[in-house]
Amino acid sequence: MTKQETLFKYTLRLGDNSLILGHRLSEWSSYAPILEEDLALTNIALDLIGRAQALLKYAAEIEGKGRTEDDLVFKRAERQFLNVLLLEQPNGDFAMTIARQIFNSAFELLLFEELSKSRDEMLAALATKCLKEVKYHWRHAYDWLQRLGDGTEESHERMQKAVDDLWMFTGELFEIDEVETILINEGIAIDTRLLHDKWLSKISDAIRSATLTHPAEGYMQTGGRIGIHTENLGFILAEMQYLPRAYPDAKW
Amino acid sequence: MAETKDTQWPLWEVFIQANSGIPHKHAGSVHASDKEMALTNARDLYTRRNEGTSIWVVPSNAVIASNPNDSDMLFDPANDKIYRHPTFYVMPEGAVGL
Repeated sequence: MTKQETLFKYTLRLGDNSLILGHRLSEWSSYAPILEEDLALTNIALDLIGRAQALLKYAAEIEGKGRTEDDLVFKRAERQFLNVLLLEQPNGDFAMTIARQIFNSAFELLLFEELSKSRDEMLAALATKCLKEVKYHWRHAYDWLQRLGDGTEESHERMQKAVDDLWMFTGELFEIDEVETILINEGIAIDTRLLHDKWLSKISDAIRSATLTHPAEGYMQTGGRIGIHTENLGFILAEMQYLPRAYPDAKW
Repeated sequence: MAETKDTQWPLWEVFIQANSGIPHKHAGSVHASDKEMALTNARDLYTRRNEGTSIWVVPSNAVIASNPNDSDMLFDPANDKIYRHPTFYVMPEGAVGL
């Protein structure tokens, strides 16, 4: 793989993560428990979709084949999406969404802090900008984890189940392969394996103070980063890509 | 008066300061179950378009309002006392925010 190909793939992975989670959170629009929370979740969704747009635009530039960010979003098939499995998991009940948010925003907090020092100026600049947003996403998820974990009997049970159910998708966040290895040596990509201990202690503290039990270690799911997805991604793409596929080149 | 049962979470009044140095202005209200949530909800509802540099939230039931029936007594007597208005001075050049 040339450096250009690896940088394309790396940026695509970052962009797809933002895109798919952004889409998932946008599904809460008009369904959240109360109006204020509806706006909070769609606000976060907008942060993520904005980030996805910037990253995928950059990816398309790196690729240099004349594709745009819209082409990457609307004209790729399921196997060509490189987001981690955690982020395509359904919203479930509200607790499920919060568990997904806290696992991911704790990870992104650490990732973007490191990535803001990347030798790739574009990625460094984007990471610096995103870090402010992610700090807020973390705060939002953290506060809800405490409220639900340390809330009523039912909210405690649901929060515990959500944390347990999604735990098996957290291992993939810290995987690296050839793509990262090449770029880590260049000072561009981040070795996420080195973030794992910090992530774990952040999450453990949050879980414990919410009076929840830490999920048991077990088998970790993998595959999203190389395009092998759960059945959920197909449904997301069906909705997301329907219009541009049915009406190619439709304009506002 | 019959009390309306509010099925939402407690109500909070939101005050936003648009720039440093000027007063916080009432922007509206939010529902929230605790003060942290009140702040984040206020942030999401009222500062999305760059409106603010600082937020205050106050439980709505901590606000004591004047009774509309008392308007005559409270506010009318000020009507005919123009000498209380500083309209006889020229504003110094460059004075803003007054």
